[in-house]
Amino acid sequence: MATQQTQGLARGLLSPAVGLLFVWMIVPLAMTIYFSTLRYSLLDPGAETFIGLDNFRYFLTDPAFLASLLNTLVLVGAVLAITIVLGVPLALLLDQPMIGRNIVRLMVIAPFFVMPTVSALVWKNLLLHPVSGLLAWLSTLVGVTPIDWFNDAPMLAVILIVAWQWLPFATLILLTALQSQDEEQKEAAEMDGAGAFSTFFHLTLPHLARPITVVILIETIFLLTVFAEIFVTTGGGPGLQTTNIAFMIYSQALIQYDVGSASAGGLVAVVIANILAFFLVRIVGRNLET
Amino acid sequence: MGQITLQSVHKSFGPLNIIKDANLDIEDGSFVVFVGPSGCGKTTLLRLIAGLEDVTSGQILIDGRNVVNVPPAKRGLSMVFQSYALYPHMSVRGNIAFGLKMAGMPRPEIDRKVEAAAATLNLTSYLDRKPRELSGGQRQRVAIGRAIVREPKAFLFDEPLSNLDAALRVQMRMEVTRLQKQLATTAIYVTHDQVEAMTMADRIVVLNAGRVEQYGTPLELYDRPVNLFVAGFIGSPKMNFVSGLPASLHGAATIGIRPEHLRVVGDGEGWPGRVSVAEHLGSDTFLYVDAAELGLLTVRGLGEVHLKGGDRVWLSPDPARLHRFDKEGVAIRP
Repeated sequence: MATQQTQGLARGLLSPAVGLLFVWMIVPLAMTIYFSTLRYSLLDPGAETFIGLDNFRYFLTDPAFLASLLNTLVLVGAVLAITIVLGVPLALLLDQPMIGRNIVRLMVIAPFFVMPTVSALVWKNLLLHPVSGLLAWLSTLVGVTPIDWFNDAPMLAVILIVAWQWLPFATLILLTALQSQDEEQKEAAEMDGAGAFSTFFHLTLPHLARPITVVILIETIFLLTVFAEIFVTTGGGPGLQTTNIAFMIYSQALIQYDVGSASAGGLVAVVIANILAFFLVRIVGRNLET
Repeated sequence: MGQITLQSVHKSFGPLNIIKDANLDIEDGSFVVFVGPSGCGKTTLLRLIAGLEDVTSGQILIDGRNVVNVPPAKRGLSMVFQSYALYPHMSVRGNIAFGLKMAGMPRPEIDRKVEAAAATLNLTSYLDRKPRELSGGQRQRVAIGRAIVREPKAFLFDEPLSNLDAALRVQMRMEVTRLQKQLATTAIYVTHDQVEAMTMADRIVVLNAGRVEQYGTPLELYDRPVNLFVAGFIGSPKMNFVSGLPASLHGAATIGIRPEHLRVVGDGEGWPGRVSVAEHLGSDTFLYVDAAELGLLTVRGLGEVHLKGGDRVWLSPDPARLHRFDKEGVAIRP
């Protein structure tokens, strides 16, 4: 399709953008790699010395590391499970004809547009607050002691907030998938005597397999780096109960002022994300083949 | 058994009347074709019988039992859809077995029936394939297999051959007819193709704008159409309609002459005209003759007729095969 001339022209026109993106990526990466090999404390500036891989050793043997890794996996897994298990029925409901469907759809999708910091603040101060929160008020109405979410069940509270943000995304993707399901197939199933549940398990769920893998892939990428919600609500605590890898890196750099260790942590996070991505892409690839 | 009776069935979508007072009596074991132009309501009528749509009023009786409030699966009918509607992630075996599985039939019996159906339709070697790995004709056969395995009272076909190419369509037409005769199960078949209707049907229902225009055997419709619509719809090429003086000579508002009942005759007799196009098919020759105020007439000549565009001809209708219609378009019978 392209002649030599247009190919050359295309390359010429693309190169500034590609070059800029490349520099944009490679400079921070190179600097991170460089910092990760230094003893670099913000409390002692100007005294950087090369220490090889010691920062990695400190980061990986830090007792906080395993806890954070576990917390990251729990957070990602729980939010994925909640968004898909609730997203499928929600999408099914929104697919039904009803009055004001467009408005209802808009309302359901709205949480996705709220920025993480704001939604975390709303949850913290208006909904989950043990004294002035909505849930606390409901609890006292029925005579139950309000739960102090961020102290007694901090991880659950964070999962709740993040799941609330990502549920609309899953619902939206699954809803569009449902709308592309073949009507005649459902009618054929009806003629074959399949009830609503059989039709769902034998036709709709297999049809949704592909969009579900897409949701898992995209959500995982973003959920590995959840930060604002934790920062605003629990600050990683109590103790390490809600510290994930992203928050741990932050605390290394800006609470303990250890830039070297934080850089090493950043590189470890990149490796973890790549390991996960490797498996996910394989799973999704198998589903997208057909 | 599979006797289906429609009694004054109406169907409207909001203010739109799709089916207006349909009355039909479909005998057990017969092959009935619903034919009509697009939008005439033939598919809606089929879906009403299947139970995929609710009737607005009237009764549908299957073997004497009113099934208007019976869900589709309990009516004992099975349907072949236009898109085949195969379940994409199930194998051919899974597709054919699905209805039986839903009915809670024991596994060995399902296997036996699926194997038998597959053998009938030459699908045995494809049983473990997915629908996307099959050709159009094979998918069609799977859809039919899914229908026959349930041993229904009647088959419902919704334009099942319209997605196949011409050669395959002729072949499947024969296969479907043969299979239906072999199983001796009632079949209702919807098509807009009048050739399919004429070749496959025991009886044809001609529908127009939600009304049953005529119900009869293919040759009844061909030889004795009840009105202008049926006369024009059945037969290919279309029947010629002539009104005015030649019609009033026969005591009618319009007369209809089929292309094969118009003969080219010698000078001076009959209607003069000029050949505008001659189509030579070898077995037949179709002449499109511009006959002045009578309009464009189609003539079908047997074998080779050595005429070409621009030739002057005289046409004479076979008086015994004239169809006469009154002002309302209703056939006049002697």
